[in-house]
Amino acid sequence: MDLRELYQEVILDHGKNPRNHRFPEPHNREGRGYNPLCGDKIALRLQLDGETISDVGFIGQGCAISQASCSTMTEAIKGKTLAEAEALFSKFHTMLTSEDSSEDDIEQLGKLAVFAGVREFPMRVKCATLGWHTLNQALHDESGEAKTE
Amino acid sequence: MTEVSTIVAAPSEVFDAQRVREDFPALHQDVHGKPLVYLDSAATTLKPQSVIDAVDDVYARDCANIHRAVHLLSQRATARFEEAREKVRAFVNASKKTEIVFTRGTTEAINLVSQSWGRSSLREGDEILVTELEHHSNIVPWQILCQQTGAKLVVVPMTDRGEVLRESFERKLSERTRLVAMSHVSNALGTVLPVTELIALAHERGALALLDGAQAVSHVDVDVQALDCDFYAFSGHKLYGPTGIGVLYGKERLLDKMPPYQGGGDMIRSVTFEETIYNDLPYKFEAGTPHIAGAVGLGAAIDYFSAFDAGLIHAHENALLRYATEALEAVRGVRLIGTAPGKVAALSFLMESAHPHDIGTIIDAEGVAIRTGHHCAQPVMEHFGIAATARASLGMYNSRADIDALLAALQKVQELFG
Repeated sequence: MDLRELYQEVILDHGKNPRNHRFPEPHNREGRGYNPLCGDKIALRLQLDGETISDVGFIGQGCAISQASCSTMTEAIKGKTLAEAEALFSKFHTMLTSEDSSEDDIEQLGKLAVFAGVREFPMRVKCATLGWHTLNQALHDESGEAKTE
Repeated sequence: MTEVSTIVAAPSEVFDAQRVREDFPALHQDVHGKPLVYLDSAATTLKPQSVIDAVDDVYARDCANIHRAVHLLSQRATARFEEAREKVRAFVNASKKTEIVFTRGTTEAINLVSQSWGRSSLREGDEILVTELEHHSNIVPWQILCQQTGAKLVVVPMTDRGEVLRESFERKLSERTRLVAMSHVSNALGTVLPVTELIALAHERGALALLDGAQAVSHVDVDVQALDCDFYAFSGHKLYGPTGIGVLYGKERLLDKMPPYQGGGDMIRSVTFEETIYNDLPYKFEAGTPHIAGAVGLGAAIDYFSAFDAGLIHAHENALLRYATEALEAVRGVRLIGTAPGKVAALSFLMESAHPHDIGTIIDAEGVAIRTGHHCAQPVMEHFGIAATARASLGMYNSRADIDALLAALQKVQELFG
C-alpha cells in the first residue's frame, strides 16, 4: 500500500491551502455537509445563474482528503452547468467506488483524478465525497444537511 | 522489546508483557505487511486464546438453551452461564449473585436503569447529573428519559485538563438531584474520576449513583461495595472478553423494586392473559435467550485476568502511559488533549500538521492501529474546540516497543505532511 497514491501532492496542497475558501457574494444556494464518523464539516455556498454555477466557495474543517476534495471540486464546477456538475459527480463517485471507470471518464475528471487512490482506502471514500454530497444538497435545495452516514 | 529485563526485581513482582503477548493470537499477524501494533484497547481489547476456546467450547460441546430443558447439555450450559455470573460477582465484589444482570454491554445496562428505574421513579423537575466528559451512551439514555418524564439533565463541567473537581460537582448537585451518572474512567481522555468521594456526596443529598465502568474494569480496581455505587455498568469486550455481553450491577433493594426492562421468556414466573408474575432477580431483567457463550467467554476473561496480580498489570500500564506521554510531549507539533494528574491507559492527541483521520490512515499503513474521531464524546471535543483527536490506548499486552512504533509512525506523518 503506497500512501503517496492517496496523499498526492495536489491533495496535500489543496488540503493545506484550500481554494475558494470563502463564501461568494452574492449567492443563492447553500449546503451543509457533516461526516458524523470523523466530525468533518463543510458549508458550501454558490451562485446559480440560470443553469450555470457562476461562483462557488466553502468554509470547512476536516481531514486533508475532505478539504482537498471540496477545494478541487469548487475549481472543477465553477462556470459549469448543473448537468455538467452532476455528470462530474457521477464519474467521480464511480472512480472512488468501483473499477468501472473508463479512461475517457478519468480523463474528463481532469485534476479530480488525483483522488483515484482513495478507492484503495474504503474508510476514506466518505471523506472524498463529503463536498460533493454537500453540493448535491445545495443544488437540489434539500432541507437539512448532507450526511455521509 | 524487553523492557522488563532491565528491571531488577523478584520475578513475582514483574509483569511480563512479552509473555502475555503469547496468549493473544490477534497480535501475531501482519497488517499492510508490517507487524500489528495494537493501540486501540479502549475501543475493544484483544482476546486471549482461553476466551476464544471457552466461547468455541460452548458451541462445540454445551450448545443448548439455559434454564429450560432437563437434558444434560442444557444442564451444562446453564451451569456454565451461572458460573460466569459468580465470576463476575467476585470480580466486582458484589455481595450477591442476584445483583449481577447480564446485558449486551455497557450501553444496554445504562438504558436498562434509565428505562426501568428512571421511568418509574422520576417526575417533572427531578434532576439527573452527568459530567461533561461522558461517552454518548451515558448522555443519550438520560436525555431520552428526560423527554419521557420532564426531568432535567444537569452537566458538571470539567477543567481544561479533563478533570471533574469536587467543587464543580457540589455546585451542580441539588435537592432535586435523583441520580448521578458518571464515568469511572473517561474513554476519550483517560481521566480517572474521584468517584468514591463524588458518590458519597450524591448519597448525602439522597441521590443514587451509577458508574459507567466500561473503561475502568481493566485498568483500575473495581469493588462495588467499597465504591458504594448503586449501579455499575461495564462491557465484557473491554475486559479481554467477547463483544455482545455486558453487566449491570445493581443493589438488590433497588433492582427488587424496579419494573422489568423488557418482557419475554425467562423473565417470568407465570403468564396468563390476565396476569404475569415476574421472575426473581436477576432473571427479571434477562428477557429472552441471552448471549450464553458470551457470558461464558466473559467468565473465562475474568479467569485469565485474575490469574495475574491486578496491581502489577495496572503498574505496567501506568509506567507505559508515562513513557508514552513523555515521548509524545517531546514530538514537535503534538498537543496532548486530557492532562489530568489521575489518568489511565489512554492518550488523546493532535498534530499541528495533520488531521487525526489522516494520522490514522498513515500510521495504519505502518501497522499501528489507533482510534481517530470524536470517540463518542462530542461534548468533550466541543470543550476543547476540536472535532476529533487521535487516541492511542493501552492494554496489558502493550510494551515500550509499541510506543516506539507509534512514534516512528508519527514520524512518517511528519514526513508526508511536513
